Formats: sequence, structure tokens, C-alpha cells
Amino acid sequence: MGELIAFYLLAGIAVATALAMVITRNAVHSALFLVLNLVVVAVFYLLLGAPFVAMVQIAVYAGAVMVLFLFVIMMLGAERVGGTTGLRWQVPLAGALGAALIGGTLFAFLRAPAGLAPVGSPPVPFGDPAAIGERLLTTYVLPFEITSVLLLIAMIGAVVLARDSGPEGK
Amino acid sequence: MPDGILLEYVPILTLILVGLGIGGVALIAPQLLAPKRPSRRKQLPYESGMIPIGPAQRRFPVKFYLIALLFILFDIEIIFFYPWALQVRSLKTLALVEMGLFVLILLIGYIYAWRKGAFEWER
Amino acid sequence: MAPFLVEAAIKSLILVLLLLTGFAYLTLAERKLIADFQARIGPNRAGPYGLLQPLADAVKLFFKEDFIPEYADRVLFVLAPLITLIPTLLIFAVIPFGPELTLFGYRTRLQLTDVHVGVLYIVAVTSISVYGITLAGWASNNKYALLGGIRASAQMISYELAMGLAIVSVVLTTGTLQVSGIVEAQRNGWLIFLQPVAAVIFFITGLAEIKRAPFDLVEAEQELTAGYLTEYSSMKFALFFMSEYVKMIGFGALMTTFFLGGYLGPFVDLYPGLGVVYFTLKVGFLIFVLIWLRATLPRIRYDQLMSLGWKVLLPLSLANVMGTAVVVALTA
Repeated sequence: MGELIAFYLLAGIAVATALAMVITRNAVHSALFLVLNLVVVAVFYLLLGAPFVAMVQIAVYAGAVMVLFLFVIMMLGAERVGGTTGLRWQVPLAGALGAALIGGTLFAFLRAPAGLAPVGSPPVPFGDPAAIGERLLTTYVLPFEITSVLLLIAMIGAVVLARDSGPEGK
Repeated sequence: MPDGILLEYVPILTLILVGLGIGGVALIAPQLLAPKRPSRRKQLPYESGMIPIGPAQRRFPVKFYLIALLFILFDIEIIFFYPWALQVRSLKTLALVEMGLFVLILLIGYIYAWRKGAFEWER
Repeated sequence: MAPFLVEAAIKSLILVLLLLTGFAYLTLAERKLIADFQARIGPNRAGPYGLLQPLADAVKLFFKEDFIPEYADRVLFVLAPLITLIPTLLIFAVIPFGPELTLFGYRTRLQLTDVHVGVLYIVAVTSISVYGITLAGWASNNKYALLGGIRASAQMISYELAMGLAIVSVVLTTGTLQVSGIVEAQRNGWLIFLQPVAAVIFFITGLAEIKRAPFDLVEAEQELTAGYLTEYSSMKFALFFMSEYVKMIGFGALMTTFFLGGYLGPFVDLYPGLGVVYFTLKVGFLIFVLIWLRATLPRIRYDQLMSLGWKVLLPLSLANVMGTAVVVALTA
């Protein structure tokens, strides 16, 4: 029961912050609403019995990624970008895609036999950091190592993109 | 969700609420106690007595952006260390070799960034 | 559920009140000690030895005009002190101040909550604490403040990496993510002896995270007046000030827990109450070292700060983690 109340409360906050993020004109405020949203999602992970993912969600998304967003917004002085000039065609497209998503979800929900059947509780060490480590190093070694390559590519990309153009490039 | 584990996080919520309470009192109290005598000059941004020149929020060196990007990448790398650290005892050599490879690949990127001067501030 | 909630609320309140008192007297202790280091007298007017000075300061700040600069982002300008304060307090939620003991016939642990993934919780909270200062700098719409804020966040994220790896070394050695488990694992010897490199890295990165001398470039007064604090006055200023001092206590508490055996000490099993005394003494010693460093070391330059973080501490801590892992794997 308590869990259900917590879920609806958090769902409300999550939707509200997500909407606020989209609606807010000021880019810095928008980014902060996204931080709130990400933190609320982390609490969802906690509710689902995945404390490791919850903490990583906060450390990586709400912490690292959003700091980068804030830096970019502050650095470009983008917080005062007014109006939606040049991006007008996006509004109807976004509306159509959003409607399609809601429609699809509703369709799947109504087609399900009796609403959605409750999923059984996961096995006990599920979501536990040690269990995740074990899986990561045995069953999912390949994705783990590929992640490293992905991070390497991103690192090189970042250095190349942010490089000073140097004396000859100016 | 087993309730026992979730209960661990309830005191964190109460701590946040107490903190907000104390902070809220501190923010509201001066509104009631302190004088309010605004003047045009007082409200101007402080610039060592000068009349401010131009907006404060201007463009910043791209260096900060690069630092933030590299931070995310290394931060994700370090996140993988935590579950791994719990398994070194049981998986031993396997854990060492796998993490060794992981780190080695990233080391290439680190050396590349170093050679390209990503960590030099004075240029 | 209800009695549990009440217990949590009471514990939280006591914790915050203790931190408030600690903060108040820490400001006095710092002023007194710095005065001693510089052969001055320091505050001595308000009460004997200036013991009422923090109270006088608080009253003064409550009655100071609390204005918001004209071009500031009003909402964030007001919220920034809170966004700084909350993560600072949250660190203390998982710190064990003493062993399990019986208080008024009631068995309890002197720790707000013993989260199973406590170490990750600390990492998560640390990564959130970048926002307050950055936003304060941005919301002020003042050049000094913004520069201070951006500097602060770049400094904090640069040192968070090496700090995270130092913590990984602790996890490797103790084999647990639970903070109380890390303390109990030190019964056979403090981690500072097993992990001296990690301890030194944690200390240095911690100094940079809480922006204490010699890493206080964020408010380098010669170039940035007061950094992100420039436009703040009255209790908003006091909240930032409080966060900074509580961060000092938090740093001492984390360092004590991870490397100095937390509440452990002689006879702590016989008299659990002694644990709190040991813990306080260790934290007090570390805070003294922080003040001592401030009185001794000059501030480092920004390029030195960046190269120390990225070129020295990061590879060193990574090497330490891999070395520790080899030892752990071979001896397990």
C-alpha cells in the first residue's frame, strides 16, 4: 500500500518536472528540472529494488551529465535564446510522435488480457552490486569490454571536437 | 520490493526535510527582522565600485566543456570499478584480466588526451 | 512504520542541531587558531575567550539587509544556498558515529541509516553537491561570482575522479559497500596503514572538494573578490558559510570512517560510548590539520590545480586500485 502511494506521488512529480523542463523558457531552469526528474527516476529504481542502478543514475546522470549540460548552456550564453524561430516544424512533428507513443502504449495496455499482470518479485540478490559485478565479469564480459571501447571513442571525439584550432587554424 | 531495504532510505528523507526546515527558517527570518532599503546603486552587480560593463553571463573557454566531457567518461569508468571491486576476491585472475583490459583500452584515450594537451591550462 | 518515522525524524533533528553547533564553534576555533598561528589575539570581546562570538555573529547576520541584485535570477539566487546545504547534510546520513549501544534501554546504532550501498550513496551525494555553488555563481549575474562558480565546478569534477578511485581502493580492501562494514573491517588495523596512497589521495582530493586552502581558488579574494559569494548577504551568506564549515566536518568524518578506523579505539567494545569520543577526537584532529594547512600553505595556481588532478592524482589512484586488486586477488 505504502509502495503504491509512493509510486503515484513520485510518478506525479516525475511527469510534472518533465513537463516543466519542456515548457520552461530559461535553459538553466530547464536543465535543473531535468536534474530533478532524473533524481525522481532514481527513486523509482530504489522502489524496484535496484539500489546500485539508483545510485549510478544520480552520480552519472544527475551529477556528471547534467553538469556538462549546465556548462554548455552557461558557456554558450544559450539561456536567453528566445522564441522558437527556425524550429517551428518541430512542434507538429513532436505532437504527432507523442500522440503515436501514447496511442501505442494505450493499445498495448488494452490488448493485454486483464490489464497488465503483476510481475513476480525478482530473485533475492537481484540488483545487488555484488551480483551485478558477478554478471558483468562472467555473462556480460563482451558488452563490458565494448563499453570501454565506446568510452575510448567518446574520449577521442571529445578531444578532437574541443581542440583549439591552433595558430594555423585561426 | 522488500520493505526492509526501502526503509533504509526513509531517514534520508527526514534529513532532507529537517535541512529544508532549518534552511527555510534562515531564509525567511531576515525578511521579518532585517531592514529593507533598496537603492538603484545597491542593486547593481558588484564590480569593485565600477559601473558594470557588459553582461556577466558571457561565453566561456571551451576548455571547461572538454574537462566536463572527460569527467563524464572517466566517471562512468569508475562506476564500473565498484561492482568489480566486490568480485575481485572471488573471481581473482579473471576479474584482474578483464578489468586490466578495460583500463588498458581507456588508457589509450587518456594518453591521447594528454598528448593533445587536454590537461594543459596555459596555452 | 510510525515509530520508525518518529525515530528517524528525531535522529535527523539531533544530527542537524549538533552540526549547527559544531559549525558555530568551528568558526570561532578557526579564527582563534589562525590568530594564534599569526601571533594575534583573535576574537576575545564577546564572552570569556570570545566564546559568545558565534552567537553575536548569528544575531548580526539575522538583522542584516538581505537584498537581491537587480539582474539576478531571483528564484535560483534564493534557492542556491539550500541546494548547497542539503547535499552537505546528506553525507552525514550514513556516517556511523559510534558502535551499536543501548540508550535508555533501547538498542540503537549511532548512525542515521546504514544503507547497503552506503559508499555509492556517498559518491552520488558528492556528485550532486557541485550544483549549489555553480548555480549561486550563475544566478548572481555578476562576473566575479560566475567565474568563481565555473572554477568551483571544474575543480570539483576534476578531483572527484581521483577521490572515487581512492574510495574504490577502500572497497577493494574491505570488500563491502556498507559504511559500517568498512569501519568494522578496520578492527585489525586502520586502513591508513594498509592503504597509505589512497589515504593521501583522499585527503588531497577532499581538500579540493571542500575548497579549502591551498585549493581555495574559488574565492581567491585578490582576483575574484569573494567568488560565488560576492552578491550574497545576510542569512543567505550565512547558509553558504555554514555549508562550508559543515563540509569540513563531513570531510573529517569521511576520512575518519574510511581510513582512521571510525569510532574504533581501545575498550570500545566494553564501553560503546567511548566510540563517540574517539570519533570526535579523530575528526577534531583532522579539522585542526585543515586549519593548520590554511595558515601554512599558499594558494596554488589554476593550471597547477588542473595538472595535479588530471596528470598526477588520477593515474596514481588508478595504479593504486590496480595494485590493490592484484594483492587482494592473490591473497584471497
